[in-house]
Amino acid sequence: MKRITVRYFAMFREHAGMASETIETDAATAGDVFAATRDRHGSSEPAGHCKVAINDEMADWDAAVADGDEVLLFPPVAGG
Amino acid sequence: MFEIAEKAIDPAALRAALADPAAGAYCGFEGWVRNHNEGQEVLRLEYEVYSPLAISEGRRILAEAKEQFPHLRAGCVHREGLLEIGDCAVWVGVTSPHRDEAFRACRYIIDAIKHRLPIWKKEHYVSGDSGWVNCERCAAHA
Repeated sequence: MKRITVRYFAMFREHAGMASETIETDAATAGDVFAATRDRHGSSEPAGHCKVAINDEMADWDAAVADGDEVLLFPPVAGG
Repeated sequence: MFEIAEKAIDPAALRAALADPAAGAYCGFEGWVRNHNEGQEVLRLEYEVYSPLAISEGRRILAEAKEQFPHLRAGCVHREGLLEIGDCAVWVGVTSPHRDEAFRACRYIIDAIKHRLPIWKKEHYVSGDSGWVNCERCAAHA
């Protein structure tokens, strides 16, 4: 099992009722973390509309996660 | 130059800072807060920005534009926090020897800013309701 810190932003944070948490998980990829925290962020759609970063670097959903990583879950962005 | 600003954007000052004797063209874009969206009357906006990544990704976008368009100078500032109707939410400015590159570079930058930066927009409506733009389809709210 890995310890992963998950951070929630915007709507995800409001839905989760928290900005971040550390979870114990056997997730192999960023996409697995997204799926494992579905009840928190509330997104029922595939991760495609959303974005993810690992340790402050933008990442793909199939990027590997390691023990101690910080995974940032971004709902669809709307700058400008 | 890419920045996230907590205070009002001053486009005139930003434009002046781009002055370049080799430039024959300046193209600027300002995104303003409007009073309606998708049938709802909007009272004000709130931008949430994850600055560490917004700044690094914003700088990357400007660097990409400079690679595509030689001799380009470019800047962008995006607001965070609460904004009122008419406020400037984002400014993009570029200078270039000729107008075609200036128009195209400005367009490239604002489109990439909107699609790639970790920035979220919450609209507060006249009705008292509020909503995250683009987010609702991603959520499981019944």
